[in-house]
Parts: sequence; structure tokens; C-alpha cells
Amino acid sequence: MARRAVGISKATSAVSAALVMLLVLVPIGAVAMRAGFSEGAFAGLGVADWAALKFTVVQAGLSALFSAALAVPVARALARRQFWGRGALVLLMGAPFILPVIVAVMGLLAVFGQAGVLNGVLSALGLPKLQIYGLHGVVLAHVFFNLPLATRLLLQGWDAIPQERFRLAASLGMGSREVFRLLEWPMLKERLPAVVLVVFLICLSSFAVALTLGGGPAATTLELAIYQAFHLEFDLAQAALLALMQLVLVLVVGMVALRLGQVAGFGAGRGALRQRWDAGAPLLKAQDALVLSLAVVFIGLPLAVVVLRGAVQIMSLPASVWSAALTSLVIALGSTVLCIAAALALAASRGRWTEMTGLLGLAISPLVLGTGLFLLVNPYVSPQGLALPITMLVNALMALPFALRIITPEYARAEADYGRLADALGLHGTARMRRMIWPQIRTALGFAAGLAAALSMGDLGVIALFADGETATLPLQVYRLMGAYRMDAAAGAALLLVLLSFGLFALFDWRGRRDADA
Amino acid sequence: MLTLETVRYEQDEFVLSADWSLAPEARVAVIGPSGAGKSTLLSLIGGFITPQSGRLLWDGQDITKNTPSARPVASLFQEGNLFPHLSVYENAALGVNVSLRLSAAEKARVFGALDRVGLAGFEARRPAQLSGGQASRAALARALCQDKPLLLLDEPFAALGPALRHEMLDLVGEIARENKRAVLMVSHEPRDAKHFADAVIVVADGVAQTPQGTATLFADPPKALRDYLGRH
Repeated sequence: MARRAVGISKATSAVSAALVMLLVLVPIGAVAMRAGFSEGAFAGLGVADWAALKFTVVQAGLSALFSAALAVPVARALARRQFWGRGALVLLMGAPFILPVIVAVMGLLAVFGQAGVLNGVLSALGLPKLQIYGLHGVVLAHVFFNLPLATRLLLQGWDAIPQERFRLAASLGMGSREVFRLLEWPMLKERLPAVVLVVFLICLSSFAVALTLGGGPAATTLELAIYQAFHLEFDLAQAALLALMQLVLVLVVGMVALRLGQVAGFGAGRGALRQRWDAGAPLLKAQDALVLSLAVVFIGLPLAVVVLRGAVQIMSLPASVWSAALTSLVIALGSTVLCIAAALALAASRGRWTEMTGLLGLAISPLVLGTGLFLLVNPYVSPQGLALPITMLVNALMALPFALRIITPEYARAEADYGRLADALGLHGTARMRRMIWPQIRTALGFAAGLAAALSMGDLGVIALFADGETATLPLQVYRLMGAYRMDAAAGAALLLVLLSFGLFALFDWRGRRDADA
Repeated sequence: MLTLETVRYEQDEFVLSADWSLAPEARVAVIGPSGAGKSTLLSLIGGFITPQSGRLLWDGQDITKNTPSARPVASLFQEGNLFPHLSVYENAALGVNVSLRLSAAEKARVFGALDRVGLAGFEARRPAQLSGGQASRAALARALCQDKPLLLLDEPFAALGPALRHEMLDLVGEIARENKRAVLMVSHEPRDAKHFADAVIVVADGVAQTPQGTATLFADPPKALRDYLGRH
């Protein structure tokens, strides 16, 4: 391909890539220095730290296996059935991706918790109550988030099986068992390892779930241990050491995942409608109906409970919730602008290494970055004073891999389709961006901005490290209300958080789609 | 014998009707403009779509509601005739039994079919390791293993060059004769139809017309065929 002028000059792109690298690498360097020089490598690690490492790996492993295994029947049922509300169900599978963790935890507590719906049923039947806290609670919450993700990833796999094969299978008289063995299993064998690994990688960096449902020596993840060392004991050296452990763990797994490919591809399976001839038997229909009903209840019920409980309370929220909501909105909008600007600049340069830069954000945990930034600024200014800008920055970095994934292919398509015309017209620099790129990719931009805003709105991570008693984001405020057993106010605030997260997503997405010419 | 009894299929603006029978062991070409419904006709007979009205009969038995595999037909499609992750032998063996657990006699039949299409020695290969012609032969062997009295060809050889295509059609003709099978073949090459078929169905203006002898039809083409061929 001939060299051509691009929307943003090469220099700008290179600078932004370098900036992103710096923002990720310098804090990590600070962590490594602090951990290495003060303690002498890993000698300072105690029994509790190794237990945290073990728990992190075990819970992530179990979460990944359960999510992937349960996603197989759900995706299979979705792939081979045609029914009213199917599109809505595929959409519901996308909802947990932008659902704030703290809200999901509230919903899960309302269903599976001490005084939850499930225990109500169990005690009415005279059965012993279930305990949600600990390993199984953490795994349950992770399956809640990642079962839909795994289902969407696997639906992509089903979409990729050519329709002709199902037709050929029908003409040969294959039943659902043979179709599974000859068509579906080969696809699953190829895709399941990557799905398991993606979920494993995501669960390794679990903080908010472990904070709320785990805890104690038996159920502490590394991320939670970093927070505790930092916030409760204020042992910076210990926090840095744990952050280094977390970093090594995630990098090793991330490297393996990269080799397997498809890491950053996050469920975009549309679940194309297919005519199928192999699953008409009444028993199979009943089986699929049961599987899908269970999935709907599992994902929908916690959400519904949060909405119902919160609806009563939302008119009488304390002022602290409203000011936290305002803080969160400012952070979300700021990090969206940062994220989209960085994604555009990186997409413009279209190099392999820019994608790597974006992927770094996926592999590095927010708490490690937060620890590093804390260590960097601590000698000069009070880190608490910088809580909001740092949260904004880290949130932007965390959303960057997804934004890049959405924007880069569209940017490349716009250049491929209209680049020559723009060159011929002498459209360069900002004019090229405004007249050609922006209108062409606004749908993708809207979607990416919506995701970035919703993810930032619901984030409960780095803010927990930095915040003092006065400042709080809305997710942190919900967590504090829960900790103070003010469950009514927490429910109302959680509903407000859901409305703001989904509202921001819908608003950006709608702005992007409106009047889009494509 | 296949009979289409006042069959009518509609989807949105598209209509196709047919009302005729096919002689046993007939070799029939289906020709007509693209989009007229040649493939739709084969899908109706193959059982991939169902007509809104009318019946399909095989030797007097109603097969309108039968699933594709419960019909007396074996299909070769435009593409996707072979599973890429199975060997040539396994692909052909699917025609005998989809569980792929075959008796010694059945295995011999599969090897016989592969030998007949000229693929002896290619049993262990994957479809990706075959040329276009060889892949067509493997698909034909599979259809032969299916042991159905009617073979439906929806332009399976369209991607082959003219010489290779004629070679394949000759092979289909020989095999159909040896095994007493009828063949219904979609084609957009009038020369292929003349070369292969003893009768022709013209599909145009929403109707799949009654099969007519190839020689008489081309000697005095009706208007629909004249329009398609572009002769005046």
C-alpha cells in the first residue's frame, strides 16, 4: 500500500503511544523499585501473602471453568432456537459487561445472601441456609459476570459455523448428538481454551468482588491484599511487593493468552438466526427452554431485585449520594474523553505495537497502577488530593483496550475506502479528521465512548486506595453505605448508579448512531 | 417417481409453482435466469423449505412433511459439501451412517465408492489437501454412499473449468446409470444441459415448467427460454 497522509500525524500518534506506555510502565517501575530495594526480592513474603496468591489462582480457575462449562449449553440453546424475545436475551447477555460490580454484588446478596430470596425458600422447606461469603460467593459473582461474556464469545463460534454444514448435516440425517460431535465440538475444542483463559485473566484481577464477598485469611485475592496493606496497615513496601506478585502473575497468564490469540476480542456474538433441522425433538426443546430460563433467572433476578428495592428509595437519598454521583459523572466523562482521544491517536498510527500498548491496559491491574502512581506522587503532594484525576486516568487506561478494539478496524476501513479520495482532495490533519474520519466512524466512536463511560462510572478500584473520608465516587459510596448496614440507602444509590451507567452508555451509543451515514 | 402436485412456494415477493412428475432414472437439467428459483426448486425437493400449498409425492407416498434425510434424495450443494475437519473416507462414510460406526461390509462399500470416483489412495486426506476436482469427486462418493434414488445437484461443479466440469458430469451420468438413479441438476450453462440431460425444466416467471425433451426444447425454444438464452 502506498504511503499516505493520515488523519492525525505520525508524530502525534507516536507521542500518544509513548505516553500510554509511560503511564503504564513508570508506575510499575516505581512498584518494582520499592518492592525490590526495601525488602530484597520475595524474601519478605509471609504465609498470608502466599495464601492470597493461591486463593487468587484457585478462585479464578474455578470461575473460568464454571463460566465456560455453563456457557456451552446456554450458547448452544441460543444458537439453535428461534423464539420471541431472543434478541432481547442476547442483549441481556451484554448487560453484565457494563454493570457496576458493587450493584451486581448487592443483587446477588439479595438473592443468595443471608436474608435473600433463595434462603427464604430453603428455610420454608426446612433446609439449612446457604452462606454466600467466601470462595463460593466470589466464584458465584464471577460466574454471574463471566457466564454471559463466555456465552457471547461462544455464540461467535456458532456464528462462524457455515450454514451449509447444518444443511449438509440435515441432508445426511444427523441428529443433535452427531451435530454436536461433528460440527459443534470441533468448534468448541478450538475456542474453549481461549474463553477459559480470558475469564481466568479477568478474574485474576478481581478486587471489588473479593472486597465485598471475600475477605479474611481464607478468601483474600492479591488485589484485596494490596488494598489492605495499603489502606489498613499503610505498609507501602508490603503493598508494592504484593503488586509485583500480581504483576508477574497477570503478565505470565497474559503472555500465554496472547499466544492463544483472541484475548481482547470480547463477546460480540450477535447470535445470527440459523435454520436448524437437528433439534426438533420435544425433549431437546424442553432442555433448551429449561437452560435458557435458568440463565434468565440467574442473570435477571439479581438485577430485578436491585431495581425493585432501589425504586422505593431513590427519591429519598442522602445528600452524600448525590454529591458522589456528581463526582462519578465528572470522572466518567473525563476518562471517556481521555480514553477516546488516546484510542483515536493510536488507531491512526495502525502499528502492531500500538495494539500491544492498548493490551497492556488489559493485563495490568488498576490497583498495581494505583499503587505505583501513589508511590510516585507521594513524596511531592498529598495523594488524596489527586484521587479524582488519578482515578480518571486509570479508568481511561482500563477502557482503552476495548475502545481500541472497536475503533481501530473502523478507522482502517474509513482510510481504505476514502483515503485515496481524501489524498486527492488534499484533506490533511484536523480537516481530514473532521470531514472524513469522524463522520465515517462515529457509530464505533459512540459505542466505544459509551463503554468507556459506563466502565468508569461503575469502577470500584483505584478510588478505594486514594479516597479519604470526604471524597467518594458513587460505587464507593454504595460500598460505604452497605458497610454501615444502611441497606435501604445503599439500594437506592445502587439503582441510581445503574441508571447513570446504562444511561451514559445508551446516550453515547445513541449519539453515535444518530444520523450515521453507513 | 417424484411428483410435484400443484406445489406453490412464496416468500415476500418471490413465488414459485410447479405441477409435474419426473420419470424414474431421468436425467433432468434445471435452467433459467438467476433469481428465478432454480435453487429454491431443489430446496423444496430436498426438504430444506416447505411449500405453502400442494404436495410432494414419491411413488405415491406423501413426503411433503418429511425432514431432508427422510426423503429419497441425496444433495450436492454449490459449496460446503465436505466437512473440513474430517478425512475423505469419513466424509464419504457419513453417507452410510452419521455415527461413523460402520460394519466391514459398509466400510467396503465406502472404499468401493471412493474407488469408483477415482479417489482410491486419497482416503486419509483432508478436503483442504484436495484439488477442486478431487473435492467434487469426494462429495460425489458421499452422495453415492447415501444410496438414494434421486440425486440433486445444485451447481456443485460451478467452480471447475469447462473440461473438468464435463468430466464430472460424465462421471455423474455413468454412476447414475449404473446405480439406477435419477438426477436433477441446476445449471446456468445451456451447453452442460445439452451435454448431460435428456429433459429440461425451465424456471422463469415464478413457474418451474414441466420437463421437456432436451433436443425438442432447444430445437424450438419457448419464449421464456428464448429470453434467457438471448436468441431472437
